[in-house]
Amino acid sequence: MNSTLTANRDSGGAWIMGVLFALGSIVSLLWMAKAASPELAFHAFLFFAFFTLGCFVLVKRHYDMAESPAVPVTGDDVGYMDGVIRAGAIASTFWGVVGFIVGLVIALQLAFPVLNFDLPWTNFGRLRPLHTSAVIFAFGGNVLIMTSFHVVQRTCKARLAGGLAPWFVFWGYQLFIVLAATGYVLGITQSKEYAEPEWYVDLWLTIVWVAYLLVFLGTLWKRREPHIYVANWFYLAFIITIAMLHIVNNLSLPVSLTGAKSYSAFSGVQDALTQWWYGHNAVGFFLTAGFLAIMYYYIPKRAERPVYSYRLSIIHFWSLIFLYIWAGPHHLHYTALPDWAQTLGMTFSIMLWMPSWGGMINGLMTLSGAWDKLRTDPVLRMLVTSVAFYGMSTFEGPVMSIKAVNGLSHYTDWTIGHVHSGALGWVGMVSFGALYCVVPIMWNRERLYSLRLVGWHFWISTIGIVLYITSMWVSGILQGLMWRAYDSLGFLEYSFVETVEAMHPFYVIRALGGAVFVAGSLVMAYNLYRTMRGDLRDEAPFVGAPVRAPQAAVAAGE
Amino acid sequence: MSLLNKHSVFEKNSIVLCVGILITVAIGGLVEIAPLFYLESTIEKVKGMRPYTPLELAGRNIYIREGCYNCHSQMVRPFRDEAERYGHYSLAAESMYDHPFQWGSKRTGPDLARVGARYSDDWHVAHMNNPRSVVPESIMPGYPFLAEHPLKIEDLAGHLIANRGVGVPYSDEMIEKAVEDARTQVNPDADDFDAFMERYPKAQVRDFDGNPEKLSELDALIAYLQMLGTLVDFDLYAKDPALR
Repeated sequence: MNSTLTANRDSGGAWIMGVLFALGSIVSLLWMAKAASPELAFHAFLFFAFFTLGCFVLVKRHYDMAESPAVPVTGDDVGYMDGVIRAGAIASTFWGVVGFIVGLVIALQLAFPVLNFDLPWTNFGRLRPLHTSAVIFAFGGNVLIMTSFHVVQRTCKARLAGGLAPWFVFWGYQLFIVLAATGYVLGITQSKEYAEPEWYVDLWLTIVWVAYLLVFLGTLWKRREPHIYVANWFYLAFIITIAMLHIVNNLSLPVSLTGAKSYSAFSGVQDALTQWWYGHNAVGFFLTAGFLAIMYYYIPKRAERPVYSYRLSIIHFWSLIFLYIWAGPHHLHYTALPDWAQTLGMTFSIMLWMPSWGGMINGLMTLSGAWDKLRTDPVLRMLVTSVAFYGMSTFEGPVMSIKAVNGLSHYTDWTIGHVHSGALGWVGMVSFGALYCVVPIMWNRERLYSLRLVGWHFWISTIGIVLYITSMWVSGILQGLMWRAYDSLGFLEYSFVETVEAMHPFYVIRALGGAVFVAGSLVMAYNLYRTMRGDLRDEAPFVGAPVRAPQAAVAAGE
Repeated sequence: MSLLNKHSVFEKNSIVLCVGILITVAIGGLVEIAPLFYLESTIEKVKGMRPYTPLELAGRNIYIREGCYNCHSQMVRPFRDEAERYGHYSLAAESMYDHPFQWGSKRTGPDLARVGARYSDDWHVAHMNNPRSVVPESIMPGYPFLAEHPLKIEDLAGHLIANRGVGVPYSDEMIEKAVEDARTQVNPDADDFDAFMERYPKAQVRDFDGNPEKLSELDALIAYLQMLGTLVDFDLYAKDPALR
C-alpha cells in the first residue's frame, strides 16, 4: 500500500516538475536573447539546456512507465533510493580530482608566475575562486549531499521523501557548480570569498537548497525510528545554517535583470563582518558540522562500536553550533571593525576549542576496544586520522584567533596552511573514508577493489598534507616576521618584494605537496572505479587480520 | 542528568529541532552584526569621502572581476611597520561606499589601501602589461589585455542607480552625466571639466593608460588605483581628537 502511494505521488510530482521545467526553458531562452553580455547569455543557455534536458527526461520517463505500469511499484521505488547516492559518489570523486588539480595549478602559478599565461581566463585571480569553490562546494558539497541521503535513509529506515526531488537536488546542485565555475573563469564574481557567484546563481542555489531541506526533513518525518540519530542533527544544522548565511550574505541589488553584475546590500565595515560571519561559518557549518555528521555515522559503523558518549554528543552539538557563529570577527583583527566586535570574536573563537575537542574525543573514543582495526582496516585509519587532523586544526584556529598571534599570522601563508590542514586533513580524509565506505555498499560489492590501494592512498595523502602545511607554516611565519623586521638604524629591513622572493622555495614545496595529494586522489578514483565495475583485486590481507578470532576480540573489548 | 533526558524532545520532533537550531545559530550574528548598523561610533566622521567617479567605479569592477582581492588587501592595520610601509591605518569611513568591501584576507602582494599617487601612470601601465618589467621578483600575473579591451561605459548610469539603491549618495545629476563623466575624466580639455570636479572633488583627470585614442579598461583600473587612499584629509583627522 505504501509503495503504491509513493508511486502515485511520484507521477503527480513529475507532472508539476515537468510544467515548471518547461516554463524554465522558455524563461531562460528569453533571458538568453535579452542578455546584456555574451557571458550571461552563456549562463542563460546553461539554464536552458538544464531545463530542456530535464523535460526530455521526464517525458521519456512518463512513456517508459506507461509501457510497463507494473514497474514503478517494484525495485527502486520501494525500499531505499540509492541511485542518487551512486550519482553523488561519482560526482564527489570527479569534482574532488578536478578541484585538487586546479589547486595544484594555482600553487604552481605562485611558484612560477609564467604559468598565468597573461590571459584573462587563466590568471590566478580568476582561478583561485575556481579552486576554492570546486573543493568546498563541488567536492565537499557533493560528499555532504550524498552521505546525508545515505545516512538519513539508513538511520530513519525510510526512503528519501519527495519522489523525484532528490534527483532535482542532485542535478540542480551540479548546475550551480557549473554556473559558478564557468562564471569565475569568465570574470563573473561578486568578490566575497567563498560566496563569489552572482545574484542569479545565488537565487538558483537558494531554490535547490530549500528543496534539499525539504527532502531531508520529509525523510525525517517518514522515519520508523522514534529518535532522530545524532548525525542527522548535524546535517540539519548544516542545511539550515547554510541557508541563513547564504541568503543574508548574498543580499544585493542587480544593475539590471539582464546583466550579471550586482552591488552588495551592505558596504565597508558592515559588509566585511557579514561576509566573515558567512565565511567563517562556511567553515563551521559546511566544512565542520556536515562532516561531523559523517564522523558520527561512518566511524561507529566501520569500527562496529557505538558512539562513545551520547551525553557528549548532545553537549558537543549545541555548544558547537552556538559558539561557531560568533567566531567570524577573528578574520578582521586590527581592521576598521570596532574593537568590541574583534574582542568578542576572539573570545568565542577560543571557547570554540572546547566543543571542537569534545567532538574529536567523542569520535576517537568510539574506537575504544577496536583500536586494533587501525592496523587492518586502512579505511578506518583514514577516518580516524581525519579526526586527528580535525583536532589539530581546531587547536591551531583558536591560537591564531588571539589578536597578538593574528597580528603576525594574518595576511600570510600561515592562514593558508591552517585552512589546508583542516581541508586536506579533516574534510579530505573523512570524505575519502566515507566514499570508501559508501561505494561498495551502493554498488552491492563484497568489498573494495583493493584495501592495499587505500593504504597507499592514506600514506600518499598524509605525506602531501605534511609537505603542504609545514611549508606554509614556515613561509607564513617567515613573511610575517620579515614585514615587521627593523634594522639597527630603525628602518624597515625588507622591502615587500624581498619578502615575496623569500617565499619561492616554500611555494615549490607546497606545490610538490599538492601534487602528491592529487596523485593520492587519482589512486582513490581508480580504486573506486574498479570497485564500481565489480572487480576484486587478488591481494594479501593486512597483517593481523586473521590473528584474532572474533570471540577473542569481543572479550578484549569488554 | 535529568536535563539531558529532556533532550529527547529535540530528538523526537524534527520541527522542534529545526527551531532550536535556528535560534541557537541566530544569536551570535544578531549580537555582533546588528549593532554595527546603528552604533554611531562604528564609522568615524571624516572629511573628504565621496562616491566613486563613474570611471573609478568601472575600474573597481575590473579589480573585482580579475580577482585582485585574492592577493591584495586594502586594510592597513595600526602597526608601526604598516604605517611606515603603507601609510596611516585604514579608517572604517574609507570603505563606507564600498559595495562590496575590498579589505582582502591575504597579502601575496602588498596592501593597496593607499597606493594612490604612489607610482606614476606610466609605471602602472608597464606593471599591468608585464609586472616583471618593473619589479623583477614579482609573481603577479600580467594583464596585457586590459589596454586592448575598450571600456564598456554605456551602462554606467545603471551602475550608479544600483549603488544609490544600496545607499551610496549619487545625485540625479551624477547619474544623468555618468557616461559623459567617464569620458571627461580621461580628457582634461573636456568642456564639462569644472562641473565634473565639483561633482567629484579631488578626482584626477588625465589620460591614464598613455593612449588618448582609446578609453580602455586599463584607463579605468589605473584611475581607480590612483585614487585609493587619497580622499580623506588626515591632517584634519590627526589634529582633532574629537573626530577619532
